[in-house]
Amino acid sequence: MTEKNPRTVLEELFRAQRFAVLATEQAEGPYANLVAFAVTPDFKGVLFATPRVTRKYGNLRSDPRVAMLIDSRANCAADFHTAVAVTVLGRAAELTGAEHQAFLGVYLERHPSMQAFAHAPTTSLFRVSVERYVLVDHFQHVVELDVGQWP
Amino acid sequence: MAMMLTLGELREGDQIRVGGKAWRLAVLEKDGLRVPLTLCIPADVYRDYVRRTRIDESIHVELHRRPFESMRWEEMWDAALRIRNHFLRTELPPDLQAALAPAIAQAFGQKPVAVRSTAPGEDGSRSSFAGIHESYINVIGLDQILLHIRMVWASLWSDGALLYRRELKLDVEQSAMAVIVQELVAGERSGVAFGQNPADPAQEVIEAVYGLNQGLVDGTVEPDRWFIDPASGHVLRHEGPAVRQRMVPGAAATRLEDLPTGMAQQPPLSDRDIAAVHGAVRRAGELFGRPQDVEWTVRGVGLWLLQSRDITTAAAADGQDRRPWYLSLRRSFENLHILRRRIEEEILPGMDREAAALGAVDPAGLDDAALAVACEWRAVRYEHWKTVYWDDCIPMAHGMRLFGEFYNEAVHPDDPHEFVSLLAGAGLQGVERNRELADIAAALTATPDGLARARREGLDGLPLPLRSRIAAFAQRYAVGHAGMDLMPADVLKLVLALAEGGSPARAPSGDAPALEAVFLAQFAEERLAFARQVLELGRASYRLRDDDNLYLDRVEHVLRDALAEARRRLARRGNAVAGDVAAAEWVRALREPGYTPMPLPAVNPDAATADPAVRPRQLVGQPAGPGVARGPARVVSSRTDLFGIQRGDILVCDTLDPTMTVVLPLAAGIVERRGGMLIHGAIIAREYGLPCVTGIDRAVELIRTGNILTVDGYLGLVRIHEPAMGS
Repeated sequence: MTEKNPRTVLEELFRAQRFAVLATEQAEGPYANLVAFAVTPDFKGVLFATPRVTRKYGNLRSDPRVAMLIDSRANCAADFHTAVAVTVLGRAAELTGAEHQAFLGVYLERHPSMQAFAHAPTTSLFRVSVERYVLVDHFQHVVELDVGQWP
Repeated sequence: MAMMLTLGELREGDQIRVGGKAWRLAVLEKDGLRVPLTLCIPADVYRDYVRRTRIDESIHVELHRRPFESMRWEEMWDAALRIRNHFLRTELPPDLQAALAPAIAQAFGQKPVAVRSTAPGEDGSRSSFAGIHESYINVIGLDQILLHIRMVWASLWSDGALLYRRELKLDVEQSAMAVIVQELVAGERSGVAFGQNPADPAQEVIEAVYGLNQGLVDGTVEPDRWFIDPASGHVLRHEGPAVRQRMVPGAAATRLEDLPTGMAQQPPLSDRDIAAVHGAVRRAGELFGRPQDVEWTVRGVGLWLLQSRDITTAAAADGQDRRPWYLSLRRSFENLHILRRRIEEEILPGMDREAAALGAVDPAGLDDAALAVACEWRAVRYEHWKTVYWDDCIPMAHGMRLFGEFYNEAVHPDDPHEFVSLLAGAGLQGVERNRELADIAAALTATPDGLARARREGLDGLPLPLRSRIAAFAQRYAVGHAGMDLMPADVLKLVLALAEGGSPARAPSGDAPALEAVFLAQFAEERLAFARQVLELGRASYRLRDDDNLYLDRVEHVLRDALAEARRRLARRGNAVAGDVAAAEWVRALREPGYTPMPLPAVNPDAATADPAVRPRQLVGQPAGPGVARGPARVVSSRTDLFGIQRGDILVCDTLDPTMTVVLPLAAGIVERRGGMLIHGAIIAREYGLPCVTGIDRAVELIRTGNILTVDGYLGLVRIHEPAMGS
């Protein structure tokens, strides 16, 4: 049913959206947050930053598995058929050293107003190594994209 | 879209792009009146710049960090400083620069210019923006002109401009700014003419000074005033100032100077000049259809009109014009320099003398009638000094702000608040006091068996010299704000806590010399002396911000002494009153036997905290002292709370007063309700290297003593941990 190439759909979604719902694991069950995200140019990584004082940071330190939801809903009836949602499945790693430097540039390119936040010594930058994208459009039409199979 | 226009190129409809100031100059020029050579940079260029550099997003983040409506002025200033830094650090995109640079270079070369704001929509006669946005004069060379264009754009987001728009209920984010670059006419005599006297519509007023207009506009130089009959142009009255001085362009900035003797006796305008200015303001009124407020300057025999705008009669007439208050948020170097001398030489010694003189009389020795007089008089004197404090001492804090902006213009630092570190170590009284306390703790530790005996037997267990030192310290620093007076037993408690924990909080940070060298290296020889003076002014402002509170508290202390005696006396007679009582009530009770004073209404705790289902977990404020600390909260509402502090506690308070900071060597961090980087709590936190978050609304209600907190002073976050995690 999707007319466009799923990778084109992903690309358009990532270009348009700034925020994602991030789900982490904690002892009492799943835990969800809103984060400002950026994707790496090869689409194999999703970046977000968080203060270390937060619960999501604590959760990620004990279990790196995450799910993220990025979507184009506009909170109207047409969303049922026009909104696109992608679930990102992968593992989050806290970036340090040269990797941190490199990916910080990518993140700030997308969110230049987060300069002070991203540079604070108490903020960590995470990269989610994407294992799979699950793309939903037209309400129930679902495709999976296995990033391991990508060139 | 033309990125730059001369006045002659402006066409009908361009007013919305270039702003009223530019538009009116074009109308005056077209009518044959003389105006300086002027280039206009329309507001579209501003919009293009902030969109492409994405400064617009940063502005949005700054203005929405906390609800705009609840931000205090100090927080607004911090946000404005950060926004301004974006403009200072972000060059024009190359194609924009290429579109502006050649015309500017060709028109002005190395001639000094004025770079002025001309915000579209700022000329309504009810909501004048006159003076709210920045204009810079004596700017020389292409690079400096381009930088100052960005600085004028940034002034759209100054604290005064933001607050003023908030009051006028304008949508701040829709604002845009046009700029004019104008040849600087270094006038020999300058002034402002009002086509209609705001105080008497039947008159016209001309104000004039020698030199440039800046001194008149910011209130540093008092003008001569002529009141004129508008129809005939006859002078009805002339008022001369007490002293005539002038502002002149200097190598570094404009400067104030005395006039040569002969000149100082002469009014700046001749009859011929007055007739010329009258003619121009009258013609401007005809051109714009209503009375004008015209800024002008005279050089040789030529009269130049620098700008013309509607007089804000409607707003002024109904007493609603609050613009002067917003304008007072900006003070010039000269103005602050004079203020500093007044505070140091008159106000603080005055408070000190008054406290000593009033305190020399022991209230316990007075009869009821004399005690009533003492209470009354001390209350009057305290109110007097409080007014002086608000009118003069508080505005002196602008010295830090002035230096901060000056520093950022010169250094373009990553952290727009870097300059605060440079102000550190300026000899705060509170820091000196705490050093003395640490010395006493060290002496106690060095005394054999000293600690154990002090713990066991209290003050009585100490050797005489130490006991005397503690008593002397308590006496010297007894005065506390709002009843938080220091007693010898409190001093011992603090000394013990300090001595038991090894070395106390670290000394002030030591990066000031390196920063100072970097700052001064930005200036060529001729501007170096001025840069040092601005730094010195900033440091004085920083020091006085702390000290003036201590001096005022001394006056308050002698008042409270007298009121406490009244309370004791009435209680002895079976007329005890609980809670705070106003001075006038005590006075009445002393004079009317049998009258029971009415206590002040208790402060009502916020009912919103009552919902047990709502638990605050993470609070957002302003990052005011870098660092991270975790520890139990010590919420301070009374002296028991304050002096009960344990080493490692996080001090949570509504307003951190200088007299409260005696406990800081024991604290691990600070959380304060009042917001801002330059408030006392933030300054002292930096001095001690303590993580500090300010601007946490209802901090003392939402946080309970014993809650485990993490204070993130980099991000301005306070996390309240779950009880289980704290154990």
